[in-house]
Amino acid sequence: MRLYESVFIARQDISSAQVETMADEFAGIITEAGGKIHKREYWGLRSLAYRIKKNRKGHYIMFNLETDAATLKEYERIMGLNEDVLRFLNIRIEEVDESPSIIMQNKGERGDRGDRGDRGDRGSRPPRAEVPKAEAPKAEAPAEDKAEAPAEDSKTEE
Amino acid sequence: MTQLEIKREAVRRPFGRRRKSCPFSGPNAQTIDYKDTKLLARYTSERGKIVPSRISAVSAKKQRELAVAIKRSRFLALMPYVTS
Repeated sequence: MRLYESVFIARQDISSAQVETMADEFAGIITEAGGKIHKREYWGLRSLAYRIKKNRKGHYIMFNLETDAATLKEYERIMGLNEDVLRFLNIRIEEVDESPSIIMQNKGERGDRGDRGDRGDRGSRPPRAEVPKAEAPKAEAPAEDKAEAPAEDSKTEE
Repeated sequence: MTQLEIKREAVRRPFGRRRKSCPFSGPNAQTIDYKDTKLLARYTSERGKIVPSRISAVSAKKQRELAVAIKRSRFLALMPYVTS
Protein backbone atom coordinates (compact mmCIF):
# COMPACT_ATOMS: atom_id res chain seq x y z
CA MET A 1 0.00 0.00 0.00
CA ARG A 2 1.27 3.38 -0.99
CA LEU A 3 0.14 6.95 -0.69
CA TYR A 4 -0.94 8.78 -3.79
CA GLU A 5 -2.35 12.15 -4.64
CA SER A 6 -4.92 12.14 -7.37
CA VAL A 7 -6.45 15.12 -9.12
CA PHE A 8 -8.99 14.93 -11.88
CA ILE A 9 -10.79 17.57 -13.92
CA ALA A 10 -14.40 17.02 -14.88
CA ARG A 11 -16.21 18.68 -17.77
CA GLN A 12 -17.57 22.15 -17.17
CA ASP A 13 -21.20 21.49 -18.06
CA ILE A 14 -21.99 18.89 -15.48
CA SER A 15 -23.38 19.99 -12.15
CA SER A 16 -21.36 19.96 -8.98
CA ALA A 17 -23.73 17.33 -7.58
CA GLN A 18 -22.87 15.08 -10.52
CA VAL A 19 -19.21 15.71 -9.88
CA GLU A 20 -19.67 14.58 -6.30
CA THR A 21 -21.33 11.33 -7.37
CA MET A 22 -18.52 10.78 -9.88
CA ALA A 23 -16.00 11.32 -7.13
CA ASP A 24 -17.88 8.89 -4.91
CA GLU A 25 -17.76 6.35 -7.70
CA PHE A 26 -14.01 6.71 -8.12
CA ALA A 27 -13.46 6.63 -4.38
CA GLY A 28 -15.52 3.46 -4.30
CA ILE A 29 -13.04 1.71 -6.58
CA ILE A 30 -10.29 2.41 -4.09
CA THR A 31 -12.20 1.56 -0.92
CA GLU A 32 -13.68 -1.64 -2.35
CA ALA A 33 -10.19 -2.91 -3.05
CA GLY A 34 -9.18 -2.30 0.54
CA GLY A 35 -7.67 1.13 0.03
CA LYS A 36 -8.36 4.24 1.98
CA ILE A 37 -9.25 7.84 1.11
CA HIS A 38 -7.35 10.10 3.48
CA LYS A 39 -8.43 13.43 2.12
CA ARG A 40 -10.93 14.65 -0.39
CA GLU A 41 -11.18 18.18 -1.71
CA TYR A 42 -13.48 19.80 -4.21
CA TRP A 43 -11.77 22.87 -5.64
CA GLY A 44 -14.86 23.99 -7.46
CA LEU A 45 -15.33 25.12 -11.02
CA ARG A 46 -12.03 26.71 -11.95
CA SER A 47 -11.08 28.28 -15.21
CA LEU A 48 -8.45 26.31 -17.09
CA ALA A 49 -5.25 27.96 -18.21
CA TYR A 50 -5.91 26.69 -21.72
CA ARG A 51 -8.72 24.88 -23.45
CA ILE A 52 -9.04 21.14 -23.06
CA LYS A 53 -11.48 19.42 -25.43
CA LYS A 54 -13.21 22.77 -26.04
CA ASN A 55 -13.70 23.36 -22.32
CA ARG A 56 -12.62 26.62 -20.74
CA LYS A 57 -13.54 25.60 -17.21
CA GLY A 58 -13.50 22.43 -15.20
CA HIS A 59 -14.43 20.94 -11.87
CA TYR A 60 -11.36 19.93 -9.92
CA ILE A 61 -11.38 17.12 -7.40
CA MET A 62 -8.40 16.02 -5.37
CA PHE A 63 -7.92 12.84 -3.37
CA ASN A 64 -5.16 11.75 -1.09
CA LEU A 65 -5.43 8.00 -1.09
CA GLU A 66 -3.70 4.88 0.02
CA THR A 67 -3.84 1.90 -2.27
CA ASP A 68 -1.75 -0.65 -4.12
CA ALA A 69 -0.45 -0.37 -7.64
CA ALA A 70 -2.94 -2.78 -9.23
CA THR A 71 -5.93 -0.87 -7.89
CA LEU A 72 -4.46 2.42 -8.98
CA LYS A 73 -4.06 1.07 -12.46
CA GLU A 74 -7.68 -0.01 -12.52
CA TYR A 75 -8.69 3.40 -11.15
CA GLU A 76 -6.75 5.13 -13.92
CA ARG A 77 -8.26 2.86 -16.55
CA ILE A 78 -11.80 3.67 -15.45
CA MET A 79 -11.03 7.39 -15.34
CA GLY A 80 -9.63 7.21 -18.84
CA LEU A 81 -12.83 5.62 -20.09
CA ASN A 82 -15.09 8.18 -18.46
CA GLU A 83 -15.83 10.91 -20.96
CA ASP A 84 -16.70 13.45 -18.31
CA VAL A 85 -13.10 13.36 -17.07
CA LEU A 86 -10.96 15.79 -19.02
CA ARG A 87 -7.73 14.96 -17.35
CA PHE A 88 -6.28 13.25 -14.32
CA LEU A 89 -2.94 13.18 -12.57
CA ASN A 90 -1.93 10.60 -10.01
CA ILE A 91 1.37 11.03 -8.26
CA ARG A 92 3.03 9.26 -5.39
CA ILE A 93 3.46 11.23 -2.19
CA GLU A 94 5.47 10.48 0.91
CA GLU A 95 2.94 11.64 3.45
CA VAL A 96 -0.56 13.04 3.68
CA ASP A 97 -0.73 16.70 4.56
CA GLU A 98 -3.78 16.93 6.78
CA SER A 99 -4.28 20.66 6.33
CA PRO A 100 -6.27 21.84 3.31
CA SER A 101 -4.18 22.34 0.19
CA ILE A 102 -3.03 25.76 -0.96
CA ILE A 103 -5.80 26.01 -3.49
CA MET A 104 -8.44 25.62 -0.79
CA GLN A 105 -6.68 28.18 1.38
CA ASN A 106 -6.56 30.69 -1.46
CA LYS A 107 -10.19 30.04 -2.25
CA GLY A 108 -11.15 31.11 1.24
CA GLU A 109 -9.12 34.26 0.91
CA ARG A 110 -10.61 35.20 -2.39
CA GLY A 111 -14.09 34.61 -1.03
CA ASP A 112 -13.38 37.06 1.74
CA ARG A 113 -12.09 39.61 -0.68
CA GLY A 114 -14.99 39.18 -3.07
CA ASP A 115 -17.52 40.47 -0.63
CA ARG A 116 -16.09 43.60 0.77
CA GLY A 117 -19.16 44.13 2.86
CA ASP A 118 -20.92 47.29 3.58
CA ARG A 119 -18.64 50.21 4.02
CA GLY A 120 -20.28 51.45 7.17
CA ASP A 121 -21.64 54.82 7.81
CA ARG A 122 -19.40 57.73 7.06
CA GLY A 123 -20.60 59.44 10.16
CA SER A 124 -22.27 62.72 10.39
CA ARG A 125 -20.81 65.45 8.29
CA PRO A 126 -19.13 68.18 10.20
CA PRO A 127 -21.10 71.36 10.06
CA ARG A 128 -20.20 73.43 7.08
CA ALA A 129 -18.18 76.46 7.80
CA GLU A 130 -19.83 79.62 6.84
CA VAL A 131 -17.85 80.45 3.76
CA PRO A 132 -18.68 82.87 1.00
CA LYS A 133 -21.41 81.27 -1.17
CA ALA A 134 -19.74 80.13 -4.42
CA GLU A 135 -16.38 78.90 -3.20
CA ALA A 136 -17.27 76.19 -0.74
CA PRO A 137 -19.40 73.83 -2.92
CA LYS A 138 -17.03 74.14 -5.85
CA ALA A 139 -14.07 72.98 -3.87
CA GLU A 140 -15.94 70.08 -2.37
CA ALA A 141 -17.75 68.66 -5.37
CA PRO A 142 -14.75 67.50 -7.43
CA ALA A 143 -13.08 65.95 -4.43
CA GLU A 144 -16.13 63.82 -3.76
CA ASP A 145 -16.34 62.68 -7.37
CA LYS A 146 -12.79 61.46 -7.29
CA ALA A 147 -13.36 59.45 -4.17
CA GLU A 148 -16.41 57.76 -5.55
CA ALA A 149 -15.44 57.04 -9.13
CA PRO A 150 -12.75 54.39 -8.54
CA ALA A 151 -14.94 52.48 -6.13
CA GLU A 152 -17.62 52.23 -8.77
CA ASP A 153 -15.16 51.04 -11.39
CA SER A 154 -13.97 48.16 -9.31
CA LYS A 155 -17.51 47.05 -8.72
CA THR A 156 -18.31 46.83 -12.38
CA GLU A 157 -15.15 44.86 -13.05
CA GLU A 158 -16.21 42.11 -10.73
CA MET B 1 41.89 33.54 -22.25
CA THR B 2 43.52 34.23 -18.92
CA GLN B 3 43.64 37.88 -19.69
CA LEU B 4 39.95 37.92 -20.35
CA GLU B 5 39.19 36.31 -17.04
CA ILE B 6 41.28 38.77 -15.11
CA LYS B 7 39.54 41.62 -16.79
CA ARG B 8 36.17 40.21 -15.89
CA GLU B 9 37.05 39.95 -12.24
CA ALA B 10 38.23 43.51 -12.27
CA VAL B 11 34.95 44.64 -13.74
CA ARG B 12 32.85 42.59 -11.37
CA ARG B 13 34.40 43.74 -8.13
CA PRO B 14 33.48 47.39 -8.06
CA PHE B 15 29.80 46.56 -8.25
CA GLY B 16 30.14 44.08 -5.43
CA ARG B 17 27.15 42.04 -6.47
CA ARG B 18 26.96 39.02 -4.23
CA ARG B 19 25.39 35.76 -5.25
CA LYS B 20 21.86 35.41 -3.97
CA SER B 21 21.17 32.20 -2.11
CA CYS B 22 18.58 29.65 -3.13
CA PRO B 23 15.09 30.55 -1.93
CA PHE B 24 14.13 26.90 -1.39
CA SER B 25 17.19 25.81 0.59
CA GLY B 26 18.05 26.44 4.19
CA PRO B 27 15.75 26.89 7.15
CA ASN B 28 12.27 28.43 6.75
CA ALA B 29 12.35 27.70 3.05
CA GLN B 30 9.12 27.28 1.11
CA THR B 31 8.14 23.86 -0.13
CA ILE B 32 7.67 23.36 -3.84
CA ASP B 33 4.15 22.21 -4.63
CA TYR B 34 2.56 21.95 -8.06
CA LYS B 35 -0.70 23.30 -6.62
CA ASP B 36 0.91 26.54 -5.48
CA THR B 37 0.58 28.45 -8.73
CA LYS B 38 1.29 31.80 -7.16
CA LEU B 39 4.72 30.62 -6.08
CA LEU B 40 5.48 28.83 -9.33
CA ALA B 41 4.48 31.85 -11.36
CA ARG B 42 7.41 33.70 -9.84
CA TYR B 43 9.76 31.26 -11.56
CA THR B 44 8.23 31.49 -14.99
CA SER B 45 8.69 34.27 -17.49
CA GLU B 46 5.89 36.42 -18.77
CA ARG B 47 5.39 34.04 -21.64
CA GLY B 48 5.20 31.09 -19.29
CA LYS B 49 8.71 29.73 -19.76
CA ILE B 50 10.62 28.35 -16.81
CA VAL B 51 13.23 30.87 -15.66
CA PRO B 52 16.79 29.46 -15.75
CA SER B 53 18.37 28.91 -12.35
CA ARG B 54 21.29 31.16 -13.19
CA ILE B 55 18.83 34.03 -13.12
CA SER B 56 16.56 32.93 -10.28
CA ALA B 57 19.48 31.62 -8.14
CA VAL B 58 17.61 28.40 -7.34
CA SER B 59 19.97 25.52 -6.55
CA ALA B 60 20.30 22.76 -9.13
CA LYS B 61 18.52 20.22 -6.98
CA LYS B 62 15.60 22.52 -6.28
CA GLN B 63 15.46 23.67 -9.89
CA ARG B 64 14.79 20.11 -10.96
CA GLU B 65 12.04 19.84 -8.39
CA LEU B 66 10.65 23.19 -9.48
CA ALA B 67 10.64 22.20 -13.14
CA VAL B 68 8.65 19.04 -12.36
CA ALA B 69 6.18 21.05 -10.27
CA ILE B 70 5.66 23.60 -13.04
CA LYS B 71 5.13 20.85 -15.60
CA ARG B 72 2.56 19.11 -13.41
CA SER B 73 0.82 22.42 -12.88
CA ARG B 74 0.71 22.97 -16.63
CA PHE B 75 -0.67 19.52 -17.27
CA LEU B 76 -3.59 20.19 -14.93
CA ALA B 77 -4.21 23.55 -16.64
CA LEU B 78 -3.44 25.43 -13.46
CA MET B 79 -0.69 27.24 -15.36
CA PRO B 80 -0.37 27.98 -19.05
CA TYR B 81 2.12 26.33 -21.39
CA VAL B 82 2.31 29.54 -23.37
CA THR B 83 0.84 32.98 -22.95
CA SER B 84 0.84 35.04 -26.07
